[in-house]
Amino acid sequence: MIYADNAATTKVSKAALAAMLPCFEQIYGNPSSLYAFGQDAKEALEDARARIARCLNADPKEITFTSGGSEADNQALRTAAALGAKKGKKHIISTAFEHHAILHTLDALKKEGFEITLLDVHENGLVTAQQVAEAIRPDTALVTVMYANNEIGTIQPIAEIGAVCREKGVLFHTDAVQAAGHLPIDVKAQNIDMLSISGHKFHGPKGIGVLYAKKGIRLENLIYGGAQERNKRAGTENLPAIAGMAAALEESLAHLDETTAKLIRQRDQLIKGLAEIPHSILNGDAEHRLPSNVNFCFEAIEGESLLLLLDDKGICASSGSACTSGSLDPSHVLLAIGRPHEVAHGSLRLSLGEDITDAEIRYIIDAVKEVVDYLRNMSPVWRSLNEGRQQFVLP
Amino acid sequence: MALYSEKVMDHFRNPRNVGVIEDADGIGEVGNAKCGDIMKIYLKISGEQGSEVIDDVKFETFGCGSAIASSSMATELIAGKPLAEALTLTNKAVTEALDGLPAHKLHCSVLAEEAIKAAVKDYYDKNGIAYDPEQFREGDEPHCCSL
Repeated sequence: MIYADNAATTKVSKAALAAMLPCFEQIYGNPSSLYAFGQDAKEALEDARARIARCLNADPKEITFTSGGSEADNQALRTAAALGAKKGKKHIISTAFEHHAILHTLDALKKEGFEITLLDVHENGLVTAQQVAEAIRPDTALVTVMYANNEIGTIQPIAEIGAVCREKGVLFHTDAVQAAGHLPIDVKAQNIDMLSISGHKFHGPKGIGVLYAKKGIRLENLIYGGAQERNKRAGTENLPAIAGMAAALEESLAHLDETTAKLIRQRDQLIKGLAEIPHSILNGDAEHRLPSNVNFCFEAIEGESLLLLLDDKGICASSGSACTSGSLDPSHVLLAIGRPHEVAHGSLRLSLGEDITDAEIRYIIDAVKEVVDYLRNMSPVWRSLNEGRQQFVLP
Repeated sequence: MALYSEKVMDHFRNPRNVGVIEDADGIGEVGNAKCGDIMKIYLKISGEQGSEVIDDVKFETFGCGSAIASSSMATELIAGKPLAEALTLTNKAVTEALDGLPAHKLHCSVLAEEAIKAAVKDYYDKNGIAYDPEQFREGDEPHCCSL
């Protein structure tokens, strides 16, 4: 099996697993218990917090553990909304292709009286700091722009956007779920006020995430209860997952340069191979993109059937077609970069793992070519395009 | 645990009756590329008016796995059958023959039923054969995205 869906989730690394196991059998005390056995767990918890803080160039006090990226996103937005509302600021700036954890929270805030501006992400899937600067108003409470897009992998100019926000005195949050462990993060140098990450996107376990919030930002609770996480996130800490996430993040960053170089070479080889398929297009900017991400649209076929046939060939991938999104519309990301519905249905996302081989890249290219060809041959749309009864959308 | 039944996967992986009939007597096309599925059915029909038989049936489909499997199964259910029988094919019969479809995929079987009816209607129209328009009423099942 070739697992090429690492943007969905990743395999837990050996280092992460090794860090987790003792927390199940040996250091299983409750960090809130006062006896030494509980305090051992507390020590492990704070050790993990300090190591994660170091990975982000943050202070340990600025790290709050959450159940994952979605919770961190929700809490960041709720925090900024509450802070803004106190000063009568009820305007939030974001982008049209954020993760649903952001967009759906913004929908909820809109119903509560907030005004939302979603910036255009252009055909290349990039926003600019200038767009952000032009959208900021006196009543802007927050700018939230994702670091890297989960579907098309485009990397946003986070440091520049952060600088604009800092200059104008507006809070800046970034959903860095796809970036953490894959791109460098430095919350100070990048002018980031709040940032969300998720353990399972970089070979840590599922169900754990981090909300970084710059000192001085008073977090709004989503979950009330005990005094864990400085009263800002109740519930006994998931120490095994926290320890695993810390180990995974450190390990990913330790090999970041070499992994990045290897993956960019393989990614570009894959892009080159798939671009040979006629009437296809790469989604998202070719340069400002995650080293692991390849996303194409193929005209006149539908993504779910493509995925099922690739699965038969041992390739795990994903698509933004309506049939795979669980809704009736294709991916909001592909629509945001201007792909028409009929083309967005024929999308394929391959997100590579660090251990993928060149032979596997070649196998994927051949398999996708074969399957696209096969499906086109039974597609009435393909026939109609080739017989000139309708116009190709993709060159 | 797979998304689809073995039957659906079999018809998806090895679709029956894929292709085109160049001199078809009836052609039906339903669906919308914007919604992500289009089915096209070709019928070759012989016999006296009133007792026609479907000699051959082919399909082309742009769509998901269940759309391809539904087209394949629907063509298999009507191949060689009297034309009148094809008109009684329901989406329920297609779904049952496939050992079921996930709830959000039932519209694929509706499309298959509609595509066959559209092809029969095309044959009637081309040959000036009178029919009861009620027979070609579109199904109630919604099958399109929010355009």
